[in-house]
Amino acid sequence: MLDFFEKIGGTIRSKITRLGAATRLFFSIISYSSDSFKRFNLTIREIYFTGVLSLVIIVVSAFFVGMVLGLQGYYTLQKYGSSEAIGVLVALALVRELGPVVTALLFAGRAGTAITAEIGLMKATEQLSAMEMMAVSPVARIVAPRFWAGIITMPLLASIFSMVGVLGGYVVAVPLIGVDEGAFWSQMQANVDFNYDIVNGFIKSVVFGIACTIIALFEGYDAPPTAEGVSRATTRTVVTSSLAVLGLDFVLTSFMLTV
Amino acid sequence: MQKDLIVSIKDLAFGYAERQIHKKINMNFHRGKVVAIMGGSGCGKTTILRLIGGQIKPSSGYVEVDGQIVHKQGRKGIYELRRKMGMLFQHGALFSDLSVFENVAFPIREHTNLSEEIIKDLVLMKLNAVGLRGANQLMPTELSGGMARRVALARAVALDPDIIMYDEPFAGLDPISMGVICDLIRTLNDALGATSIIVTHDVTETFAFADYIYFIADGIVAAEGSPSDLKKSQLPFVKQFVHSQKDGPVPFHYQANDYSQDLRL
Ligand SMILES: Nc1ncnc2c1ncn2[C@@H]1O[C@H](COP(=O)(O)OP(=O)(O)OP(=O)(O)O)[C@@H](O)[C@H]1O
Ligand SMILES: [Mg+2]
Repeated sequence: MLDFFEKIGGTIRSKITRLGAATRLFFSIISYSSDSFKRFNLTIREIYFTGVLSLVIIVVSAFFVGMVLGLQGYYTLQKYGSSEAIGVLVALALVRELGPVVTALLFAGRAGTAITAEIGLMKATEQLSAMEMMAVSPVARIVAPRFWAGIITMPLLASIFSMVGVLGGYVVAVPLIGVDEGAFWSQMQANVDFNYDIVNGFIKSVVFGIACTIIALFEGYDAPPTAEGVSRATTRTVVTSSLAVLGLDFVLTSFMLTV
Repeated sequence: MQKDLIVSIKDLAFGYAERQIHKKINMNFHRGKVVAIMGGSGCGKTTILRLIGGQIKPSSGYVEVDGQIVHKQGRKGIYELRRKMGMLFQHGALFSDLSVFENVAFPIREHTNLSEEIIKDLVLMKLNAVGLRGANQLMPTELSGGMARRVALARAVALDPDIIMYDEPFAGLDPISMGVICDLIRTLNDALGATSIIVTHDVTETFAFADYIYFIADGIVAAEGSPSDLKKSQLPFVKQFVHSQKDGPVPFHYQANDYSQDLRL
C-alpha cells in the first residue's frame, strides 16, 4: 500500500520536475531568440523542414476531411431541407476546429517526431556537447530556430488545411451531389465572420504551434542519450502533443464562445 | 598563480549520483607543454576534460583556467573561457547534417566575421594538416572512424586555441596516421604555444612524446612525472600500466559481487 502511494508520489514529482525543466527551456529559448532573428536563414531552413515537407500530408488529409464533412453534412442538412447551408457547415467546422486541431495532430506526428529524434540523436552522439565546448549555445543555434519555425509554420499549415478542406467539401457538395453553387459560396461568405471565426482559428493554431514545438524540442533535449531513450522520447512527443492539443482546444474554445 | 600555469586543478572531487569518481585530484598544466592523463578505462579521464570545459561542476575543489575558476563563471564567462579551448571528443562528435568542410568551418563562422574566401583557405589548411583536404565535400557518415576523428581534430584547432584537449586521439588510427597525429599535436603545440592535454591509453606513443604524465587511479593522481622518471618508477601501479600486465593494483573489473556468488556456485 505504502509502495503504491510512493509510486504515485514519485511519478507526480517527476512529471512536475519535467514541466519545470520544459519551462526553463522555454525561457532560455526566448532569451536566445534575438540570435535566431539576426540569423534568420537558420529559421528559414527549419521552416522548410517542418513546413514545406509537411505540405503533402496536410493537403491530402485536408481534402479527405473536407469531402467527408460534405457528405455527412449533406445527409443531415437535407433532412431539414437546408442543404445549401452545407458550405457554411464545412467552412465553420474547418476554420474553427478541424483546421487547427487536425493540423496540429498531423504536425506532431510528422514534424514533431522528426524534431525530437534529430535533437535526441545529436545529444546521444555528443554533437550538442561539442557545440557547447565551441562556446556556441545549442539552444541558440539548434533549438530556438526550430521553435520559431514551428510557430510560424503552424498557422500557415492550418490555413492551408482549411482552404483545401473547403475545396474538398465543394467537390462533394456541388459537382457530385448537385447543391447549388451560388448558394454554397454565398451562404459561406455571409456566415463566416472574420473576427469571430478566422481570427479565433488563427489564435488556436498559434497556441498549438507553441505547444507542439516546445514539447517536441523538450523531449529531444531531455532524452536519455541512447537509442532507446530517443525512441521513447519520440513516442512521448506524439502522445503528449496530441493530448495537449485536444485539452488546449477545449479550454480555448470555451473562452472564445463566452467572449 | 605562476605565470606559465594555464590550467590547474585543485583538490577536485566529483561523483555521479551514487558513485564517487574523483576523490582528490591535483594537476597543473603549463603553457606550451604536452601533458598526458592516463588511467584505466572508466577511471574518469573524460570526466576531467568535461570539468575543465565547465560542462559539469565539481562537488568540491576547483578547476582554474587562465586565472579564472571555471565553475564560478556565469554563462558569458564560461563561453569566454571555452573560446580559448579546443576539444577533440572521444567519438568525434561531428555535426551529422554538415559536410566535412562545413564542420571545420563551423567554429570559424560562429566566432569570426571572416570573408568566405579566407574561411575557405583556413578550412582547407586545417584539413590538409590532417591529410583530408580531398575529403572536404564528404558527409560525416561517409567517413571511417579514424577519418572522422581527424576531421574532428581539424575542427578542434580551427580557431588556434590556447588549450587543446584530446580525448583518445589515437584510438582506431593506423600506425601511419598515428605518427602523423603525434607530429601534428607536437607541431600545433609548439607553433601556437598552445597547451595540449591528452587523454589516452596508448603507452608507447605517450611515453615517446609527452612532456609530463599523470596517472589516475581510485579517484586520485596515483603517479606523475616526466616519461623518463615514470619509466624508472618502482610503483607497482605504474609498472603494471607501462608493461601492460593484466594483474596488479589496477583492477580490470568494474566493482562487482563475488564472481562465484553471481554464478550461484
Ligand atoms: N552521465 C553519467 N552518469 C552516470 N555515470 C557516468 C556518466 N558518465 C560517466 N559516468 C561514469 O563515470 C565514470 C568515468 O567516466 P569517464 O567517461 O570519465 O571514463 P574514462 O576514464 O574516460 O573511460 P574510457 O577510457 O573508457 O573512455 C565511468 O565509470 C562511468 O560509469
Ligand atoms: Mg573517456
